[in-house]
Amino acid sequence: MKEIVILSGKGGTGKTSLVGSLACLADNKILVDCDVDAADLHLLLDPKARSQHEFRSGVKAKVVSDRCSGCGVCVELCQFEAITMVQRARINSVRCEGCGVCAHFCPEQAIVLEENYCGNWFISDTGYGPLVHAQLFAGEENSGKLVSFIKRQARELAEETGADLILIDGAPGIGCPVIASLASVDMVLAVTEPTQSGWHDLERVLDLADHFRLQSFVCINKWDLYPEMAETIETACAQRGVAVLGRIPFDPLVVACQVQGIPVVGNEQSPAAAAIRQIWQDLQTR
Amino acid sequence: MQIAVASGKGGTGKTIISTSLALCAPGPVQYLDCDVEEPNGHIFLKPELTSRERCTVIVPRILEDKCTYCGKCRDICRFNAITLFAKTIMTFPEMCHFCLGCFQVCTDSAIVRSEREIGVLESGMAGDINFVHGRMRVGEAMAVPLLKAVKKMADREALVIIDAPPGTSCPFVEAISDADYVILVTEPTPFGLHDLKLAAEVLVNFSKPCGVIINRADLGDARVEQWCRQEKIPVLLKVPFDRKVAEGYARGQTLVESRPDLRPALQALIQEVCA
Repeated sequence: MKEIVILSGKGGTGKTSLVGSLACLADNKILVDCDVDAADLHLLLDPKARSQHEFRSGVKAKVVSDRCSGCGVCVELCQFEAITMVQRARINSVRCEGCGVCAHFCPEQAIVLEENYCGNWFISDTGYGPLVHAQLFAGEENSGKLVSFIKRQARELAEETGADLILIDGAPGIGCPVIASLASVDMVLAVTEPTQSGWHDLERVLDLADHFRLQSFVCINKWDLYPEMAETIETACAQRGVAVLGRIPFDPLVVACQVQGIPVVGNEQSPAAAAIRQIWQDLQTR
Repeated sequence: MQIAVASGKGGTGKTIISTSLALCAPGPVQYLDCDVEEPNGHIFLKPELTSRERCTVIVPRILEDKCTYCGKCRDICRFNAITLFAKTIMTFPEMCHFCLGCFQVCTDSAIVRSEREIGVLESGMAGDINFVHGRMRVGEAMAVPLLKAVKKMADREALVIIDAPPGTSCPFVEAISDADYVILVTEPTPFGLHDLKLAAEVLVNFSKPCGVIINRADLGDARVEQWCRQEKIPVLLKVPFDRKVAEGYARGQTLVESRPDLRPALQALIQEVCA
């Protein structure tokens, strides 16, 4: 079984549209949306939830106000500026990191730690195979933990069903959800666009993949919006020893298909779809 | 006055909008690039970076000759950053959330401060714009501490434009938390709308005033605008797709450089938001 994660560094380069299309092309796979705070893959795949579960992780501190004497020990100890004192301690739950130091040292035992319900996760059926996805509640932390968790669920499901492939839609950036999505993958496919920002951010993703000793491949989306930059990116990738699997042209049908909620690769007329089919063929030989 | 430019979905045009606002703002203006994972503002504003500072967080280092292996530090750590087997104690600095709980519980003075580098904070001038960004170290997972360091540079006397990271989780929340107004940049697609709703939900929870800019306004459908109308969120500006803007963007040109005719609209927008 193979695990492939699609990343980009920069947001909006076309990760989800590409994963949606690869979902149509690949056989016998499990799909995972690891962009848990702005998950969009379900908008293309029309999932029917098979099961829904609560995701609980970490704790949040809570003041039992009739026990609080207002001594201020917690305010001094908190490294996250999450506690203010207005006669009694008040905890800003968004800032609270859940370290529990305040509760441990409160002389009145006036702070309790409550398990944090931070999102939901789902196993769904789509026309293209099972999808494991999640929604972290807005403003929550623990995105990395939720990503690790749903990836574990996807692996178990893949083992149960004898799937050959786990195809993962990653988050933008290079921080905790991205790092969590890299665990145990076989390869990274990075989607970029021919812009200075696209290249700047791609380099950081490739550095991250190198940091974890993962093999990466690149494809350039909307390459014809600035062919010179596409050329520059290809040359720079070649210098790094990273193969560029293909160029996807700018194609208004991609947005049109997204509006209809279908992966673009289903459209026979789309030049972008043709390029994606080629990339998938190439990727399978790697 | 702080204006944050955010989006939920990545790649909708936060950076060309925020850099353009900085270029159009009257009087003293500061641009803070709070997307520390993938900072791009410097590509467009081309600042002369004159200050560079390593950013670190405090993590524990254990002096084995003083440690009595009592296990109190391991027990208080909720992030599995300390393990203890019989007479071997290990710390995992990458797991540490620097709550300093272990320092507080150790009764043997066996824990001393060590550092973990999280990135660099750089600043300088881009013309009249006071420019600050953070560049997170590749391999570092936590963006918020560096983001806070960028925000600490905020100049109270200036109009501060914050370029926020994508998403709706903790880095986004930290970036907008002190803003007086949040501009959400979106695109009129189902992805744009879905993520716009999530970002707007956070702003409602924080009672932050906000407005929307619809970028590439003619590629997609009318649902974003309908939703804004229904939620009574003002649409501040619509920017149609323009190959000239896309090509300019690719080369590192801001919106107002590719479309100088938009300057009055952006100036009016700043005035409206500041009022």
